[in-house]
Amino acid sequence: MTAEIGHFALILAFMVAIVQASVPLLGAARGNAAWIALAPRTAIVQALLVLVAFAALMWGYIISDFSIENVAVNSHTAKPLIYKISGTWGNHEGSLLLWALMLTGFGAAVALTTGALPDDFRARVLAVQAMIGVGFIAFILFTSNPFARLDPAPIQGNGLNPLLQDPGLAIHPPFLYLGYVGFSVAFSFAAAALIEGHVTPAWARWVRPWALAAWGALSIGIGLGSWWAYYELGWGGFWFWDPVENASVMPWIAGTALIHSIISVEKRDTLKRWTILLAVLAFSLSLLGTFIVRSGVLVSVHAFATDPTRGVFILAFLAVAVGGALTLYAWRAPRLLPGSLFAPISREGGLVLNNLIMCTVLATVFVGTLYPLFLDALGGEKISVGPPYFNAIVGKLAIVLAFFMSVGPELSWKRAKLNLVWRAMSVSAVVTLLFLIGLLLWKPETPVMGAVGMAAGVWLLTAVKRDGIFKLLGPKRELAGIFTRLRRLSPGYWGMQTAHGGVAVILFAISAAGAFEIEVLDVMKPGDSRTLGKYEFVFDGIRARAGENYTAIEGGFRVSKDGELVAPLYPQTRTYTSPTMTTTEAAIHPLIFADLFAVVGEPVAEGWTVRLYVKPFISWLWVGIIALAIGAVISMSDRRLRLGLPARRTVAPAKPVGALQPEPAE
Amino acid sequence: MRPIHLAPLAAFFGLALALGYGLTQDPSKLESALIGKSVPAFELPGLDAAAAGLTSADLATGEPQLLNVFASWCAPCRIEHPQLNTLAEMGVPIHGLNWRDSAENAQAFLDELGNPFQKIGFDDKSRVVIDFGIAGVPETFVIDGAGKIVHRHVGPIMERDLERTILPLLEKLGRPQS
Repeated sequence: MTAEIGHFALILAFMVAIVQASVPLLGAARGNAAWIALAPRTAIVQALLVLVAFAALMWGYIISDFSIENVAVNSHTAKPLIYKISGTWGNHEGSLLLWALMLTGFGAAVALTTGALPDDFRARVLAVQAMIGVGFIAFILFTSNPFARLDPAPIQGNGLNPLLQDPGLAIHPPFLYLGYVGFSVAFSFAAAALIEGHVTPAWARWVRPWALAAWGALSIGIGLGSWWAYYELGWGGFWFWDPVENASVMPWIAGTALIHSIISVEKRDTLKRWTILLAVLAFSLSLLGTFIVRSGVLVSVHAFATDPTRGVFILAFLAVAVGGALTLYAWRAPRLLPGSLFAPISREGGLVLNNLIMCTVLATVFVGTLYPLFLDALGGEKISVGPPYFNAIVGKLAIVLAFFMSVGPELSWKRAKLNLVWRAMSVSAVVTLLFLIGLLLWKPETPVMGAVGMAAGVWLLTAVKRDGIFKLLGPKRELAGIFTRLRRLSPGYWGMQTAHGGVAVILFAISAAGAFEIEVLDVMKPGDSRTLGKYEFVFDGIRARAGENYTAIEGGFRVSKDGELVAPLYPQTRTYTSPTMTTTEAAIHPLIFADLFAVVGEPVAEGWTVRLYVKPFISWLWVGIIALAIGAVISMSDRRLRLGLPARRTVAPAKPVGALQPEPAE
Repeated sequence: MRPIHLAPLAAFFGLALALGYGLTQDPSKLESALIGKSVPAFELPGLDAAAAGLTSADLATGEPQLLNVFASWCAPCRIEHPQLNTLAEMGVPIHGLNWRDSAENAQAFLDELGNPFQKIGFDDKSRVVIDFGIAGVPETFVIDGAGKIVHRHVGPIMERDLERTILPLLEKLGRPQS
């Protein structure tokens, strides 16, 4: 019965979405207030209906209702409860339902929080959001129904792919989707602005928190995916430039460009067309990512549900959504005239440069990912582009970007004086030089690119923190009044500080991990030891282990440094029973400056194959990624971005005279 | 309307065409660069010390034959296995290439589903599989009597593949009629 309720709720949601996509739009065009007022209500109803559908499917998983085909194929009674729940979205149909839930959830959130927007604009935004909903729910209902029944119902399910039975992967898709789908809001706002034919600084203030939320969630989602690949796949890396990984990083890059260029619209009423285009691009790339993963157009190790009919549907949807938005853009763009001009050397100029670099990175990843497809279409052979291509280009661009990131925030709006910037950069130059000298003395064998990458990280971090400290100390460089200045600097500024610091740490960590990694691939007998840098790995032997739904062999290693035990490591090779599959569970002991990493493989005549690594600075990578997301959250908390909340300063003059001296204006 | 504002739409249109074309391509029809060439030279041990391994010489015996890449952890291999058994019953020589597996699991897999293979090479470290350019399991190569690769089948061999491609191809290569 539950499945039928879920299915019915989803069909109703589809109907509601059709109404929401059409009636408010007509209402806004004709000035019919009743039709306009329908938009927020339908948005909330639609979200609740999809929530019912999702809950129904999840309930099917929790009670292991194998009469639902989706549950029978993907679940098993012997699975721990948390993986039964995460199994709801660990498959094609369920993950689409989660996508739809988030999409309608965002729609409802827009409806609930944007009361201060002009009613007709809000109606248009919600109508566009509902159009996306119509497409997605139709996709679920017509090609990927999660509520299909099985008769007779099997007694036991097939089980979830054990690689997906992992806490990291249980929460990775929700965050990724939160990011992907979050960009739908920016897309809807952009489309609504195009329909109305004007983009204002107010528009930028409305969109920015949504873009930041999507970007922050996507950062966490990508980070979790990378973390999962690092410790679960046991391949010893954290990024493989696989098409599916690239599919998730492309909207992230477009989103990064968007959250920067939108500032120009907000502060200076300029770069409007570009910002609109980026808003369309970020969501289009999210859809493209879905297309790549779900259609089998590009062969990838990740693709777990590939089906050409679904591909055709997504492609048609992509054509309507993106093609429609871009047609609208071609029609309306000439009207979007900049409200102000700026010199090449200015904050705006810096943001344009940021956007150019971001788009170059995007194009690099895009071409590398889709190149095999284009080549094939032109009659060439099927090939795939490997990590060396991406690392070579993206790595160098990241270093260029780090330099401009250190300069950008020092530039003033409209026209900047470069001599002030050089003075600010001198601190970074000195610190970086000292770092490089130290590195050369300590480890003269460091590869050049690794050293340059680390230096770029140090440079950027110094520049970011110097700016923050000098801003706190004020123009007179004094400690007095530090708290006043701390309060006066906006959350937007601290958000930038945090996120840019995060980028510096990520850059440093990736470069250092690449430059200093030590790897041993060998056959070891119990009692053997191998030395990796300062660490000695002693192999104690193998024992059998059993978990709730798997058996495992577990290797025991003791790692010591200077004769003192640092950590024991117990890597496993697990054999799951449902479905039968072997997974590698790397044992990782994170230290502040390095991760100790061990994988145990197959038995061979002379012992066991093992892989041992000392991976420096990996923990810093995760810290950097978390900093990105925290930066986004801090920026979102900026009062100026919140609707219906007037800025503090406009309230101050209303105070009774004499009660308090108003703070002097800046 | 200025042409520059149409550029994003035009670029997207081009991309959509390429994606549409990509959809019409069947990923299982991956052309192998090895077609028409001799099998790469290799020598692999068997699943255990007693069993004979597989070498490239075994694939050039004057008779057309199949080389099937399989693994016990591969679900589609289970789907394909009955078709391999049928082929073996018809007298088609099939050799197996066991990829990234453990000998025990592979043996258990064959004990459960039947063993259609004449000889099996154990390639747990992907030494040979890379030379064959294999993207995933299962994959099957049709090899002529001289040891040249004639056809590559990506993915499980279903019954219709047997009838439509594999068997006609073997006939054409001069498989003795049964």
